[in-house]
Amino acid sequence: MANVIATKKEPLLRIAKRDSMPFWQSLVIRIISIVLALVVCGVVIYLLIKVNPLEVYKSMVEGAFGSFKEDYKFFNRRTWITIRDTMMLLCIAVGLAPAFKMRFWNIGAEGQILMGGVATAACMIYLKNLPPVLLFVCMFLASVLAGAIWSFLPALFKAKWNTNETLFTLMMNYVAIQLTSFFVALWENPIGSNTVGIINPTGHEGWFPPVFGLDYMMNVIVVMTITVGMFIYLKYSKQGYEIAVVGDSENTARYAGINVKKVIIRTMLISGAICGLSGFVAVSGASHTISTSTAGGRGFTAIIVAWLAKFNTFTMILISLLLVFLDKGAIEIASKYDLNDYVSSMITGIILFFILGSEFFINYRMIFRRSHKEVQ
Amino acid sequence: MKKLIALLLAVLMVVSLAACGATTDATKDQADTNSDFKMGVILIGDENEGYTYAHIQGIKDAAKALGLADDQIIWKYTIPEDETCYDTAADLADQGCNLVVSNSYGHQSHMQQAATEFPDVTFIAMTGDTAKASGLPNFCNAFTAVYESRFVSGVVAGMKIKELVENDKLEKDNFDADGNVKVGYVGAYPYAEVKSGYTAFFLGIKSVYDKVAMSVQFTNSWFDLTKEGETANQLISQGCVIIGQHADSTGAPSAVQAALEAGDTCYSIGYNIDMLEVAPQGALTSATNCWSVYYTEAIGLAMKGEAVPTNWAKGYADDAVAITPLGESVAPGTQEKVDETIAAIKAGEIHVFDTDTFTVKGEKVEAAFATDTDGDFIPDADEAVFDGYFHESYFQSAPCFALDIDGITLLN
Repeated sequence: MANVIATKKEPLLRIAKRDSMPFWQSLVIRIISIVLALVVCGVVIYLLIKVNPLEVYKSMVEGAFGSFKEDYKFFNRRTWITIRDTMMLLCIAVGLAPAFKMRFWNIGAEGQILMGGVATAACMIYLKNLPPVLLFVCMFLASVLAGAIWSFLPALFKAKWNTNETLFTLMMNYVAIQLTSFFVALWENPIGSNTVGIINPTGHEGWFPPVFGLDYMMNVIVVMTITVGMFIYLKYSKQGYEIAVVGDSENTARYAGINVKKVIIRTMLISGAICGLSGFVAVSGASHTISTSTAGGRGFTAIIVAWLAKFNTFTMILISLLLVFLDKGAIEIASKYDLNDYVSSMITGIILFFILGSEFFINYRMIFRRSHKEVQ
Repeated sequence: MKKLIALLLAVLMVVSLAACGATTDATKDQADTNSDFKMGVILIGDENEGYTYAHIQGIKDAAKALGLADDQIIWKYTIPEDETCYDTAADLADQGCNLVVSNSYGHQSHMQQAATEFPDVTFIAMTGDTAKASGLPNFCNAFTAVYESRFVSGVVAGMKIKELVENDKLEKDNFDADGNVKVGYVGAYPYAEVKSGYTAFFLGIKSVYDKVAMSVQFTNSWFDLTKEGETANQLISQGCVIIGQHADSTGAPSAVQAALEAGDTCYSIGYNIDMLEVAPQGALTSATNCWSVYYTEAIGLAMKGEAVPTNWAKGYADDAVAITPLGESVAPGTQEKVDETIAAIKAGEIHVFDTDTFTVKGEKVEAAFATDTDGDFIPDADEAVFDGYFHESYFQSAPCFALDIDGITLLN
């Protein structure tokens, strides 16, 4: 008797969501993805410029952490600049974390940073005769306030009239850029340069003071404090829990008696304030000047950082470091092998693609069609 | 589209730089090939951008003349005018560079900061103006006397205007109420560098044909293809016969070529690069810099461990400026007139800002300061008018002539 089992044709490949994965397993996947990325980059580099990829990778490391000479010291200028830029990116990502965890699409970090930076620069220019401690208090408050105002407006409109926060925060960026241009023109120094130049170059009023003789130690202290604080806030405070609930489902939150409007506005105030504070760190702790490029796209890069880290502020440290490392490495190979920026951006792009791709394999599993044995 | 323009520009520049091809081969023998010497170059753009390309080419020519090997020069492209510039300058010093050059004005204050920190390294902020005031022995500025080549490009324009008037080619709206021929100018910013440039250009025209009036419109950008084109169109529609420019794109010459093809009478004088590629009939010539002259001198000095001049500004006498090859539309006899003018400038018979050739509010200029010492951007020191002319780029390399002379109207 013929066996008539109607078998549905099974697709060659199925994708299913994974329940969860042990940490070591996801780590292995991530490491494999980075190794694969480096291999692909190596092939691309070799095809394009015929240079030994290992040499290129070495240059990347040197670009971020200094040239390996006999008297190599780890904490050299390049390492410190890498640390400084990592802290900057981290600070913004930490600022964005509560907003994104609440599923509030704060695309406006760029503008919030700029406003914080403008406020800081204003203090440095107009209040430079204040005693240093007072000046720092003013700069701190001004930058926090400026960033908070810039995020308060979209939050208010979202809470009251349910406007689209993505568009609103994005447009606030353009307003901030124009305002910054206005202040750059106002403070232009020297005239004709279209830049503000270095503010207080001789007296260093309003510059982050060196700590333990290290120029950028202050940046590390400020940003790490915020990072730890935000971790605790999100994970262990009641407000942090409310953010998570609102992010998962506004209706659930409402049902649980959470005042959603209040949470939205409060969270965005915090988010904007920290982004404003990053403007303070950028101006006072790094550039000592203000321009429309003070934010430099980091407001957008930080979104990647926040999401990749799944809002865990400690994971953000690693991801910020990776992105800054790639950037510094790219600059170094461009200079060393006389390439233009685009080749190095390609390398960065390939590595990021693989890292993002690894998330897919961590969250989903692939099921191949198995060959069924004939059933008699 | 942008890529295409970039490519086109690159091709243009290769052609135009042939204008200053003859560099000093003589220095080749005297250069002691100092293999320990290293220099760093901080550039605002890369080879796809006209201004930076000219600097790269200048440095490469200088390196060739001085016998400098490729690995003795560290290039840093697309460095913005912020702390990145300082970081890069300090990093180059860390890498053992003896000389660091930056090519954009906005790099200056960051370069100065690095210069205070690394007294053994020489820092040159091209086109800058604070070296003298800073008092730092290792911090220098340099600029060419480009006003001389602007004057000569004005002579080319003047010859054309003269030809058009004599052959009765102009219409009523090409003249203003007083019978002056209208000239237009697309300027970047209302700063001394631009003012000095268009005034020199205007005086060049007047040295050939006196009855002209010039309108200047600023774009408030150094490089804006669209805006420069639109501005040129406005000026053409107002009846301007010549469109000069102090902005880096090919926007204005392209607009001129299009208008010319549509039946208007107008011609372009460009800047930095040869414009014949985009405006074969419309372009007459361009004023340009030959940076290799400076770089050969400065790098040569630095290699020998000697001091680089704090302020450097040289012109035709040292072949540091030039005009690009003349276009097919120039008036007959232009080349002869140009050669004659250049010879006279070299011999010191023509001074561009001769106070007999212009007036301010109807009066001859007897006194004008060149340098600002108190930081309010109004010159208050160094009397520049003596021996019958304003001494441009005499006290400092950056242009400082900022008088509004009669005959030039600022539209914005």
